[in-house]
Amino acid sequence: MQHDILVIGAGLAGMRAAVRAAEIPKINVAVLSKVHPLRSHSGAAEGGINAALTPEDRWEDHAFDTVKGSDYIGDQDAIEFMCEEAPAEVYWLEHAGTLFNRDKAGDLDIRAFGGAVRPRTAFVHDITGHALLNTLYEQLTARGISVYEEWFVTRLIVEDGVCKGVVAWDVINGGLNVIQAKTVIMATGGNGRIYHGRTTNAWSCTGDGMSLAYQAGAPLGDMEFVQFHPTTLKSNGVLLTEANRGEGGYLRNALGERFMANYAPEKMELGPHDLVSRAETIEVLEGRGIDGCVLLDITHLGEAKIMHKLPSTRELCEAFLGIDPVHEPVPVRPGQHYTMGGIRTNRYAETEIHGLYAAGECACVSVHGANRLGANSLLDTLIFGRVAAERAAEYARSTAYQTFSDSWLTSEEERIKGYVGRTGGQKLATIRNEQGIAMAEGMGVFRTPERMQRALEKIKELQERVQQAPIDDKGAIFNTDLLGAVELENMLEQAEIICLGAIARKESRGAHSRLDFDKRDDENWMKHTLAYLGEGGPRLAYGPVTVTHYQPEERKY
Amino acid sequence: MAQVQVKVLRYDPQRDAEPHHQDFTVEYVTATTILDTLVAIKEFQDGSLTFRRSCRQGICGSCPMRVNDRERLTCMTRVAEVIGDNGGELRIEPLANLPVLKDLAVDLKPFFDKYRAISPHIIHAATRELPEKEFRMSDERTTHLQQFGACIQCGACYSSCPIVATDDDYLGPAALAKAYRFANDPRDDGRTERLNLVGDEAGIWRCHTIFNCTEVCPKGVEPTYAIQQLKRMNVRKRLGFG
Repeated sequence: MQHDILVIGAGLAGMRAAVRAAEIPKINVAVLSKVHPLRSHSGAAEGGINAALTPEDRWEDHAFDTVKGSDYIGDQDAIEFMCEEAPAEVYWLEHAGTLFNRDKAGDLDIRAFGGAVRPRTAFVHDITGHALLNTLYEQLTARGISVYEEWFVTRLIVEDGVCKGVVAWDVINGGLNVIQAKTVIMATGGNGRIYHGRTTNAWSCTGDGMSLAYQAGAPLGDMEFVQFHPTTLKSNGVLLTEANRGEGGYLRNALGERFMANYAPEKMELGPHDLVSRAETIEVLEGRGIDGCVLLDITHLGEAKIMHKLPSTRELCEAFLGIDPVHEPVPVRPGQHYTMGGIRTNRYAETEIHGLYAAGECACVSVHGANRLGANSLLDTLIFGRVAAERAAEYARSTAYQTFSDSWLTSEEERIKGYVGRTGGQKLATIRNEQGIAMAEGMGVFRTPERMQRALEKIKELQERVQQAPIDDKGAIFNTDLLGAVELENMLEQAEIICLGAIARKESRGAHSRLDFDKRDDENWMKHTLAYLGEGGPRLAYGPVTVTHYQPEERKY
Repeated sequence: MAQVQVKVLRYDPQRDAEPHHQDFTVEYVTATTILDTLVAIKEFQDGSLTFRRSCRQGICGSCPMRVNDRERLTCMTRVAEVIGDNGGELRIEPLANLPVLKDLAVDLKPFFDKYRAISPHIIHAATRELPEKEFRMSDERTTHLQQFGACIQCGACYSSCPIVATDDDYLGPAALAKAYRFANDPRDDGRTERLNLVGDEAGIWRCHTIFNCTEVCPKGVEPTYAIQQLKRMNVRKRLGFG
């Protein structure tokens, strides 16, 4: 098994990378994913994809909105590149068959989204991610790109700062294998399941690629910036799209007031995620909530519009709450939604390890900074997935396959065997549930030194306890019990880095909102957090923010 | 909290000669889904129980199973709506018409082989010039096609289809619905090729319009409608009406 480019993860970033790589002559590309590509969490994205498509709009405005949304810690070279490329990427998708909604003239319809000066979000009803994921899978299939389906990488093979391949587990059939690769593109998505019980993310979102890159020596950037989406269901964390507000929906408190008037008088419900989530939390804390929630009210939009543009909202509310949002407001609260941090890359998706690239939610380019704007993440996956493939292909052509020690495989086999031998200890699920509670309480919408410290201590305790957690499934075939154990260890590793970054960052910026330092501090903290694997734990360092045209200003909406 | 008896079909190829049922007892409330009960069993009763799940919101297509003899997306189906008020039992089995890998997880390879067989991607003729921006098309057309584009490739229809059950070569409802979606896309030039691909006895003509696929589809795709339309298109093509 040998590839010029091995893409880990088959969501939008991974498939875009693979599809682009397959167009480049003499490049042998393969994809590896722990789930079938169509099961990837990109498919759960609802609202749309941003691009300056209309004559009134300009990509420069999109870039400025994104910089402002990032609370001035996004890297402006990468943001400008992404926004300038955005229209061409949307047209590429449209030519490839995506069934975007249309306006009366038959051109792409666009809707309003949070934090933008004007509407620029192209969409497919409220299942845009699903539509794009299918388009990409169609393109992957058309090119005959091979996929290691339901395989899981347990270790990146990196020697002397050069990535040479991976150790990967064939989950269905059992057994570890070595795959030699001149380049590896990480496209493994976010880590929302760290907030188990309080996240919109799928079961699969355990941030494995971040852990793999970190363990191999690449730094993770800005992990403390964790996005909470304002409209998630309390019972199971499921997302109701921002498009509900983009199409004209209201947020109300228990008194029926559109409380956003007090927080974002101009943008109202279409403030950015961080601001709206804080506003909701304050409403609840000050006694104007309903059982910990506020109300999302789309009843005035009417059944026809809801069925045409927001059908999933109705489907999800009816399935999980037994509420029909056509007739009744829906209780919602902020829930973990997106990982702004990730494997630190430059604007070319390159990491600090030669031959290792990262794109999409697992990466920190950083185009989202301290707060991602809605409908910018689909764009991010596609643009940087493509760039990663182009860069990786260039590198792969100039290098030969590298040899490495046999001990990579044998030591991984030993390590994985160790899990199955455990007896006693607590259930994995018990530990995972405690992790979710600790992180929701300590690393939530508002943070205090005491709560953050408690979360950190809890995570360190859980890192110890997880070593004893038993695996019931002793078999080799399709052992999802064992997979869950490896994923949980990865998450606990990332959770610690989130806590350390947050405790160290003594300011409030974007999604990192501290009650003891309630202002942004550009003088001391306009810099990226970098977490490296150190002796006995993560070591924090800091790196500069790239500024091109936009100087930091106060952020008002 | 009420309790429900859950009878799960187990099969471990390394241990079992034949599949067998195993009983579990799980607590549930109004909001508990079928998937929630499986997760509860796996997490606190038997970690070796094997099934796929991911988004738990009806969009990734990982978790369709046969529940009390009917294909359902387990994350979108509540326990109470299946067992009713009388507290009957839940019987959970893997999808039919596909090889079982382990317990409730099936091998979808035959299903996706048929997906690939219909050229499931937009085809542009070499002579077609791509527009600088988007193709123009009506919102009515995209909305109509998106009904079929909404397919999550979960395989529930494939499991429910009695033709699939008796004919290994039959393309099945999902692949044919996908073919319809492309064959009616004004941006696509593969209509003739695709109508030929589906126009034989392993394709549309094999469908007996039994409507099981349409009934079990968790996303309202209506493959039966798509297949009937493809039949009509095929006849028109053969008669020379385009």
